[in-house]
Amino acid sequence: MVKILKYSFFDLIRSRWSLIYFLFFAITATSLLYLSNDTSRAIASLMNIIIVLCPLIGTMFGVMYYYNSREFAELLLAQPIKRSSIFLGQYLGLSISLTLSFVLGMGIPFVFYGILGSVEFANFAVLLLAGSMLTFTFVALAFVIAIKNENKIKGFGLAIVVWLFMAVLYDGLFLLSLFIFEDYPLDKFSLVMTVLNPVDLARILIMLQLDISALLGYTGAVFNKFFGTSMGFILTLICAILWIIVPVFGLNRLAGKKDF
Amino acid sequence: MIAIKNLEKSFGKNKVLKGVDLEVKGQGIFAILGPNGSGKTTIIKSILGMVLPDAGEIVVGAEGVKGNWNYRKNISYLPQIAHFPENLKVKELLRMVKDIRGQEGNEQPLIERFKLEGFMNSRLRNLSGGTRQKVNIVLCFMFNSPYIILDEPTSGLDPVAMITLRELIQEERAKGKVILLTTHIMDIVEEMADEIVFLLEGKIFFKGSLQDMRDMTGEMKLERSIANILLRNDKQYQEVLTT
Amino acid sequence: MKRILIILLCTWLASFTSDAATLEVCKGCTYQSIKAAIATAKSGDTVIVKKGTYKEGNIEIRKPLVLVGEGFPVVDGENDSEIFTIYADSVTISGFQIQNVGTSYTVDRAGINVVKSDHVVIKNNKLINTFFGIYLQKSKHNLIENNEIIGEAEEEMSSGNAIHLWYCKNIRIENNTLKKHRDGIYLEFVDSSRIVNNVSEGNVRYGLHFMFSNHDEYIDNTFRDNGAGVAVMFSRYILMDNNLFDHNWGTTAYGILLKEIYDSEIINSTFKKNTTAIYGESATRMKIHNNTFEQNGWALRLLGSCMDNTIKGNNFYSNTFDVTTNSSRNYNEYSGNYWDEYTGYDLDKDGVGDVPYHPVKLFSYIVTKSESSIVLLRSLFIDILNFAEKVTPVFTPATLVDEKPQMKPVL
Repeated sequence: MVKILKYSFFDLIRSRWSLIYFLFFAITATSLLYLSNDTSRAIASLMNIIIVLCPLIGTMFGVMYYYNSREFAELLLAQPIKRSSIFLGQYLGLSISLTLSFVLGMGIPFVFYGILGSVEFANFAVLLLAGSMLTFTFVALAFVIAIKNENKIKGFGLAIVVWLFMAVLYDGLFLLSLFIFEDYPLDKFSLVMTVLNPVDLARILIMLQLDISALLGYTGAVFNKFFGTSMGFILTLICAILWIIVPVFGLNRLAGKKDF
Repeated sequence: MIAIKNLEKSFGKNKVLKGVDLEVKGQGIFAILGPNGSGKTTIIKSILGMVLPDAGEIVVGAEGVKGNWNYRKNISYLPQIAHFPENLKVKELLRMVKDIRGQEGNEQPLIERFKLEGFMNSRLRNLSGGTRQKVNIVLCFMFNSPYIILDEPTSGLDPVAMITLRELIQEERAKGKVILLTTHIMDIVEEMADEIVFLLEGKIFFKGSLQDMRDMTGEMKLERSIANILLRNDKQYQEVLTT
Repeated sequence: MKRILIILLCTWLASFTSDAATLEVCKGCTYQSIKAAIATAKSGDTVIVKKGTYKEGNIEIRKPLVLVGEGFPVVDGENDSEIFTIYADSVTISGFQIQNVGTSYTVDRAGINVVKSDHVVIKNNKLINTFFGIYLQKSKHNLIENNEIIGEAEEEMSSGNAIHLWYCKNIRIENNTLKKHRDGIYLEFVDSSRIVNNVSEGNVRYGLHFMFSNHDEYIDNTFRDNGAGVAVMFSRYILMDNNLFDHNWGTTAYGILLKEIYDSEIINSTFKKNTTAIYGESATRMKIHNNTFEQNGWALRLLGSCMDNTIKGNNFYSNTFDVTTNSSRNYNEYSGNYWDEYTGYDLDKDGVGDVPYHPVKLFSYIVTKSESSIVLLRSLFIDILNFAEKVTPVFTPATLVDEKPQMKPVL
């Protein structure tokens, strides 16, 4: 697996998309930092970009990379390696290279801006962590979709639908249910709904780090209390990891059962 | 030895293999023939573990194929169409496959024979179809595997390369290897095949030497024998339907 | 010039001829305690207290005296008693360090307590941990100037106010620093008073708190990191001019909290990084003009009970919500403000946008309807909703509109 990972990773890191993705974050982060002149505000603005873009790019690249490297996978399938090694290797190769582009693209401007010794460092670290988590989750989801669908157009369509659901529609349903169950105490419900969607989970985690959390009022206090305890932290971590492990497990199973 | 017992496989509603029993013993070139969609590639891919059969079992050497991957170190496979990671250079691809197989390869003589020296530093995406097929051939023959599986090996090759490839196959046969081959060029089969396996409707219709085939159909040319079989088969069907 | 000199000379001579005396208090002096000096002093005398620590319990002043501390003598209540209690007009207390009154749940003990006395001057003192710092009741024409009042308040219940006024009139509170109390300044039934250039910081409840007070003004003050910067309740005719409301940030923090307030003005002020810059409940006939709202959570939160207010010439920058209301009607006038999210154009180049601006976002309306929906803040879905509502307003009050949005910030 490590061999496949290595080759996928170096193959991807040399592609121009990695560079574009890296440059996008580097330019966005730099301009936000210098325009706002305030790390905290730059982090808040970048949060909005990350929770939309990391999942989107993760799913798109995931589907695209799987389809593009299908034949390469076939070449590998005839070699003496385990099937799961091939797909896990490719998955990790893509996830790591995307994450690297993202972390470097964000990290370099912030390091030059002097984030390392600053009080905002923890916030920035959570931002990077959340973006990376989203990347790993959505690349895995994309692989699952692509493996299930031979038809590229169908695969792409489905991937966009999944992204749209997680990033947009889910929150719509969330809001709707808040109004429907208005008369009940909704803090626990909100917590559960948040934890069940990786995009919301990432969004709330970053917001609680930033001082925007004061705007969340009473609900925010409940959230803060939950995420602030070690119990809450562990639960959150477990959820985030589950959101990576379950799709990865699924893609492994599907790849194991598939004919090429 | 490759032994296939009662192999069944369907894709959706389409039953491609309906109980194939095949034993490849000893050495030499085994040509798998059959009309389009008869299941040639499915058999090959089942042997390689790329297609997972619904029923039946396959043994390569002494190892069962199911759930196993280690036996593939004894197989060299030349796929029908060669697709590679496009950003890699030829040199890197060769190095990578060697690394992944964990085997030493003897690629240098092959590179010279196919005149690929000048392409070693080119990226794969910039190569023509023929050159890619040559790279594909080098990848397959550079390892000294006891089993060689060739799926339409001649596609896209120029006449000179075609001749080189034939020589290469003959040389491998001389080394005492088992070579499975599918091709639509009957010429090659007539020249080289030690045994012919003819697939029809997901079953083995015929298995034997070229001479057996001629005897059965009464045709000298292989091409005509096959046409004969297909036509006769049609007639049989008609008879079955009318009675 | 000559004339001035003569007048000065006369007054100097007069101070000798009148029977005003100066009494000194220190370890080696005639008077070793402040109480002793006060007991002997006659009306109009000056008591000078030298450097040292004085632990004398409650010190009552029942005649017009001038008490001057030299080198900040420490007057300590040992956490057990009120320190100065003034029952006479025209008393001056300056230059003391007054400390450790101690918390009491039954009496409002203070560092300096002024009871029914007029023309009292309290200036240049340091009050440390005094429960209530300066307490005025039923007094008029007093001056509280240049004091530094620093408490140790952690929660509302067990803390007092830095400056507490009850039934007073014509008071001037200037240049004081007020930290860590329940309220920085508390006014109840206080009329015609001026509060100028104070810094009120880190107080548990409010930086400045009006209750049932009319015709007051506060100008050039800074309110930072308080539970709420200023709370104005049940009051009329209050002028709030050129104040800074900075970082009053927390789950229930406000820049200004308005409740039942009429005919008042909030002008030329800066609101920066407050959770809610101005929150209004039944605020009526207010002028909110020429203020700058920057990086607040909510800039203006005016409930449906607010009427006939005018909001003009303000600048709104980078607030999460510029304007929210819980009503689908609007009875206030918004005009000529600068909104940084305004995207209209100005074809005739008169500096006024040609397209009216609706400052209420759909999401802010949703949040007022269902508090917990705030967890969706900054979700893409919400951005899309806001955009849709902006294009065709359905839920937000259609009449809440700025017909003359400015193209550039108002100076």
